Formats: sequence, structure tokens, C-alpha cells
Amino acid sequence: MSDILKASIEEFTLAVDNDRSRMMDVVNAVQAKYGCVSSEAMDLIAEAMDVKRVEVESVISFYGFLSNEQKGKVVIRLCNDVVDKMLGYDEVAAAFKFELGIDFGETTPDGNISLETTACMGMCDQAPAALVNDVVVTELSTDKVRRIIAELRRSLDPERLVTKLGDGNNEHDLVHAMVHNNIRSAGPVVLAGLGAGKALKKALAMTPQEVIRSLKASRLRGRGGAGFPTGMKWEFTRAALSLGSDKYVICNADEGEPGTFKDRVILTEYPDILIEGMTIAGYAIGAAHGVLYLRGEYAYLRAFLEQELAKRRELGLLGRDVAGKTGFDFDIRVQMGAGAYICGEETALISSCEGLRGDPKNRPPFPAQKGMLGRPTSVNNVETFCSVARILERGSGWFNQLGSKGSPGTKLLSISGDCNRPGVYEMEFGTPLREVLKLAGGLNAQAVQVGGPSGELVGPEQFDRAICYDDLATGGAIVVFGADRDLLEVVAEYLEFFVEESCGYCTPCRVGNLLLKQRIDHIRAGRGEKADVAYLQELGESIRFTSRCGLGQTSPNPVLSSLRNFPALYEEVLKEETRGFHRRFDLASAVSKAEEIVGRKSSHSEEAGAV
Amino acid sequence: MTDATFSIVIDDQEISARPGQTILQAADDAGLYIPRLCAHKDLVPHGSCRVCTVKVNGRPQSACTQPAAAGQVIESETDEIRGVRRAIVDMLFVEGNHLCPFCEKSGDCELQAVAYRLGIAAPKYPFLFPKREVDASHPKIMIDHNRCVLCGRCVRASRDLDGKHVFDFVGRGIDKKVAVNSAAKLADTNIDISDKAVDVCPVGAILRKRVGYVVPVGERTYDHDPIGSKIEAARER
Ligand SMILES: Cc1cc2nc3c(=O)[nH]c(=O)nc-3n(C[C@H](O)[C@H](O)[C@H](O)COP(=O)(O)O)c2cc1C
Repeated sequence: MSDILKASIEEFTLAVDNDRSRMMDVVNAVQAKYGCVSSEAMDLIAEAMDVKRVEVESVISFYGFLSNEQKGKVVIRLCNDVVDKMLGYDEVAAAFKFELGIDFGETTPDGNISLETTACMGMCDQAPAALVNDVVVTELSTDKVRRIIAELRRSLDPERLVTKLGDGNNEHDLVHAMVHNNIRSAGPVVLAGLGAGKALKKALAMTPQEVIRSLKASRLRGRGGAGFPTGMKWEFTRAALSLGSDKYVICNADEGEPGTFKDRVILTEYPDILIEGMTIAGYAIGAAHGVLYLRGEYAYLRAFLEQELAKRRELGLLGRDVAGKTGFDFDIRVQMGAGAYICGEETALISSCEGLRGDPKNRPPFPAQKGMLGRPTSVNNVETFCSVARILERGSGWFNQLGSKGSPGTKLLSISGDCNRPGVYEMEFGTPLREVLKLAGGLNAQAVQVGGPSGELVGPEQFDRAICYDDLATGGAIVVFGADRDLLEVVAEYLEFFVEESCGYCTPCRVGNLLLKQRIDHIRAGRGEKADVAYLQELGESIRFTSRCGLGQTSPNPVLSSLRNFPALYEEVLKEETRGFHRRFDLASAVSKAEEIVGRKSSHSEEAGAV
Repeated sequence: MTDATFSIVIDDQEISARPGQTILQAADDAGLYIPRLCAHKDLVPHGSCRVCTVKVNGRPQSACTQPAAAGQVIESETDEIRGVRRAIVDMLFVEGNHLCPFCEKSGDCELQAVAYRLGIAAPKYPFLFPKREVDASHPKIMIDHNRCVLCGRCVRASRDLDGKHVFDFVGRGIDKKVAVNSAAKLADTNIDISDKAVDVCPVGAILRKRVGYVVPVGERTYDHDPIGSKIEAARER
């Protein structure tokens, strides 16, 4: 084993020139081949890449899809997102456990199949879903689970689970997925599917400054969530000093916000427009290097995307003297993630691209000044790059007429949950939420989570608010909750997500989110008291105020926005504190350890149980 | 860049700062103490504990990472900021197992000292009582993870000052912890008792063995003067 392992690691590290910043490629390859990155493998990688072993361990222990313990040949990761839980997760999870005879976190005794859960994998429009190694299985039912396990037991080949293919490029040989695009409404900008070819030609006929000027005139803002003006970001990155064109353009295809899946559809159907947008960015900024950071969950799109890049290289649209423009060299590589929501945060994403744990970085310096490997870097969302290509093709005047005054253009919305037509909707900015709900058939909604858990939970009296940067801002996730959903459960689930996904770097996010979650759990268990409202409010605001990055600055939102917009949720369940007795104090569990030790029940047990 | 100083305002006091300084450094030089834990004068800023959070022109920032810039208006000792600092220190207390009366670092511990300075008698959050390890494998140095606050000082000191990289963070979220550069124990690393990494721990997580009570309780760093006094003394002179 040892010699074989050593040989493979040498092969993997050589493939990236023993470049320390390509650590993710190496550990991903070892994980895929050996089902773990063992202690021995860590030593070998450290030696080959000339780093300390603890640095390798630091990376491996960070990412959800990497492990130092042996996993089965096939790893099933069932998505445990809120939407999956609304649509049959419990039954499906039980079926997996029953069919495999193991619990989550375990591997079958023959060492073949491991069962795990994973956070939102970008399939809310076809939930419940799971990853089986890299293969996506959707719309799971107990029947389907039975067939999946039977097939895996027979062949151990996840590819054989794909019997019916999805639409569009999901049928492509290199994608070969049962995933459906569910494009419900194609707007004029991104999903029109136009732009590739012409946009780059037009851009290259201009000076880089002119390209940036026309982006500024379009008033395009980032589509990844933060909404920073794209033209300005590129201008800063262009202005930053570097050696020649040693700058980076990074496409953020990490799409991890629960309930978001619109980038998946762009990557599947319109990669050429995306790549064209990135190439234009390279030209405008003066960057030679492009990186497409693809979340681990979308590994099934990797080969297809690589081929798209190769095709453009052959056509001279990537590489040296792009499209015949002398001196403009630009190429793109795909960087795989490995299961970490925080890597969508742009500085964490850069850390990951540098082969480190996905910890966000201190700002300043901002990526535009010092990003990837210390070089000026612009990170933009998939949809942003597509909008760029269209703006260059059609002009900023055309773009400006779309959408609302403060928010020109369109937004791709990922709509899921309790609605009849879940899927991707490209809407002009300024569209009221009510209209969006009508289109998607989310008619009986008591609440809608706009912008995912880091966004806002709104109720019917706010459905006339508009989707735009100045009102209901969103990276695209719209999750609809019907009349009989338990909203406190939703709040608890989203908090759990943040607890799981916090990188742990800063105190408030690492500890505070867990404390929030614990208190919500107490309340849901009927142990809440009136004072909890103030506790949650103050704790949530402290986390928001002091956290180092956008994760902690928004993670209390499920609590804070439900307190604001749904105060009755809490009032109904919170009781008066009696005689200084904390209802959340659970005497039975507090004495249970002692009872175990002395081997008899405490006289308080029954009394405590009755609280 | 020029060396010309400029002024910034902290809590209505105008102080001067130099280009390249952080707000924390400028405040220190001016004799204004901003509480901190992960920051250390010999180490690159980390920005992780968030105790030094201030408001800069209305926006929360960590003073240890934020560069001072001309015209900044900074709030530090306001009720709002004191409140969030207390919240953070409370979180650090409940996250680990900090038993001050039994800890040999008591009186020299920066966490304890900052808590006293902020007027914390007991944390307002429930204790999490995590199960954490003690590594006493090394003949001269021990690590008690129960008291670790994940400030990363040892990580930075070993990497940047000792050139060894004996420590790094592993895991994420609430499971994040400091690990050593070996498959198992500190004894298997090349750490040395003279390493800077051994001295920078603000709490009782990395300890030299057999010297715990050489300085008796009552004569320790913070027994008479609260933390920050030295910095503030500069102003009073
Ligand atoms: C926790 C967290 C997760 C994020 N995830 C994503 C993501 O998956 N995709 C994305 O484009 N932006 C994400 N962002 C926003 C990025 O930090 C960054 O603002 C964005 O990629 C910039 O691109 P844009 O200007 O085109 O929007 C995330 C931010 C945070 C704080």
C-alpha cells in the first residue's frame, strides 16, 4: 500500500509542479482514489510539496468532502437542506439507513458504502437529492432509494444510477446527469443564451479603459450577493500595481447559499457566455490568469467545463494573443472546491485557491489590491460575468433600460419550497415578490426566505416589496414556506447550517451561532421564557456587529428577521419566568450523569420531567 | 508614502498616527488602551478574537487589523462597544473550560485580566463544557486545550518567529482547534523550550512545566494593576 500510495502522491504532486498553492488538487485526487487522506498520505504530501504535515492536516480537516478516516468506495451524501426536509427527507433518510443497515456517519461493514449528509447541494428545485460520489441523484423517494442501493450493491458504480437523463446539456456525454434545468422564465439578459463570440470581439475593439467605462455606465452590480459595482471593482483591480499582467480573474461558482441553484443552470447551458465574460474581465483588468472555482457538489460538470475551455483554446479564444489581439494572453483553469460554504466568500475562496483552509482573509488589503497569491484579483459571480458579456454585446444603454431605476438589468432567481413550479426565473429587477410567487405557483405562502438564510424571512404583508438592491436584495434564493410549515424549525435548521459552516476563525461566529442555536432549541422544546427574546436579539446583534466576514455578519438573520417580521412565533411559545426559575434548566438531564454514576434515580427526576 | 504623521480621533481625543500603523498601534502609542487578546506586538495581526472591535466612521472594525487613516473618527469606550466586547469575552469563557481558581496562569492570564477590566463577574451565556485534550507528552512544555482561546499566537510565533510551524489550526467551526506538526503529540515535534511560541500564549493553554508557581499569586502581572495600565501610563506621564 505504502509504495502505491507514494507513487500516486508523487504523480498528483508532479501534475501540479509540486506547487503548494495547488494543494486542493492533490488532496482531492488522493481522497477520490483512496477514500481518505490518511495520516501516512499527509506525511507523503507534506514531503512532496515541501510543507509541514500540520499544514496538510489543516486543509484536510477543513473541507466537508475530505477526510482522514477511511470512507467507503461509494459515499452517499444526502442533502439535508430545509427544502429537502420539506419534501420527504425524513422518509428518504430512513430508507437509506434501512437499506444499508447503517446510520449516517457510518460505512457498511464490507467497507463499500458510506452514508453521510451534506448541506444544500444546489438541487432544491428537484429535492430531495443526494450525491453519490460525484453523481447527482434527484427527486428521491423511498422506492428510488431501494433501487439505488440495489444497483450500488451490485456494481458499486454510481454512473449506473443515471438511467434517465435530464434536459439540455445534462444529456451531454460529459455531463450525463439526471439533473433538470427547470428554466421557467428566460429573461432578456442571461438566459437569452446570446452573446458569446460577439461580445469579446466588441470588447477587444475597445481599449480596456473603454470596456470598464461602459460597464460603469451600465451600472451593473455584482450578482453574488454583496452587490458591489462591477465596473468599479475592475477599475480598482486594473489600477493596482503588479508585474505586467500578473493579475487574476476568478469566477465564483461556489454557489452555496441554501436555496440557490441558478449558477448550476448557467454552468450547464451557457458556459461559453460565462467564459467570454471572464475573458473580457481579463482584458479589462490586464490579467493573464483566470480561475473558475467550482463547488465540489458540481464536480459532475467539471469534465464538460474543461472541454468548453479546451474548445475555446482551440479557437484561439483563450491562450496567447486571444482572438488575435497581440499581447493579450489569458487562460482559465478550473479549481475544485471540497464542500465548504464559506469558500463562496471571496477572500475564503482565494485562500482555497491558494491551497489553504478556506479561512477568509483580513481586509484591507482587498482582493483588488492583493488577492490570489498576493496579486490584484477580481472575484465575480457566474451571473455577473454573463451580464458583462451581454452588456458588451448590446451596450450599456440597452442594459440600463431593463430593471428598475436603482437596479438595472435582470436577476436570476432560484425558487423552491412550497410552490408548484420550482426552478430558475430570470426577472427584471423591481419585480414585486408577489408577482414572482404567482409565477412560481407559491400561492399559499405564510413566509418567504429571500436571499437564503443570510437574507430575510418575510411575511405576506411584505410581498409587495420589490426584488432589487434597494429593497429585497438577494443573491437569488427564494424559498417559499406554505401555511403549515413550522417557521421556528426553519430558523433552527438555518442556524444549524451556519454552525456547521462557520470556519471558526473569529469568536462571535464560531461560538455565537452555536449559542443562538441552543436557545432556539430550548424554545422549540417548550422551555422558552419571555427573556429569551432579548437574549436572542442581543446575542444576534453582537454576532452581526463583531464578526469578521459576511458569514457571521448575516448568520443571525434567521433569528433577527423572524423576531422582526414574525414576533408572534416567539410570543406564542414563550412563557413567563417563574420565581427566578429558569425554564430552560433541565433538571433531569443535569442530574442524569450523576444518576448513571451512583446507579439510581434522583428523587427530583420525576418532578423535573414534569416541567 | 511619507513619514508625515496625521491625526485620528478616538473617543473625542485627537491623537497622532503614522502611515503603516494600525488603529491599535496608534492608540497604544498615544496611551489609549483598546482591549485585545489575539493581537501581540511581535506578531502579524490576526483579527480573530474581535475583542478590539471599534467603530470606525460608524462601521465596526477590528482595531488590530484596520490601518489608521487620516480623519478617522473612532469609537472605543462607548456602551455599545463595551457591550459587544463583553459578549465576546463571555463567549470565550463558555466555549472552553476556564477554571481560574485552579489555573496556574491566574494573575498572568490576559483573558482573565480583560474580563476583570470589562467588569465581568460571570459569563451571561451557558457553559458549553466541551471535552478537550491535554498534551503533556513533552518533557518541558504542556498544552491544555481546555484553556485555549484559538487566538493563533502560537501558530504565528512558531511559523514567523521560530521558523518551525509547530502549530496550526485544524477542523472548523466550534470543532476548530490547534494541532501540532506530528501525527500525535507535541513531544514528536521539534519545539524547544526557548521558542517564542511557548511564551506568547495569553492564557494557560501552553505552559512551561515546573515553573507555575515560581511567582506567587499576589505578585503577578495583573494582580495590582489592571491590564492596559502600562499603555495608559504613557499618557499620564
Ligand atoms: C458566506 C458567504 C458566501 C458567499 N457565497 C457566494 C457564492 O456562492 N457565490 C458568489 O458569487 N458569491 C458569494 N458570496 C459573495 C462573495 O463574497 C463576493 O461578494 C462575490 O463573489 C463577488 O462577485 P460579484 O461582485 O459578481 O457579486 C458569498 C459571501 C459570503 C459572506
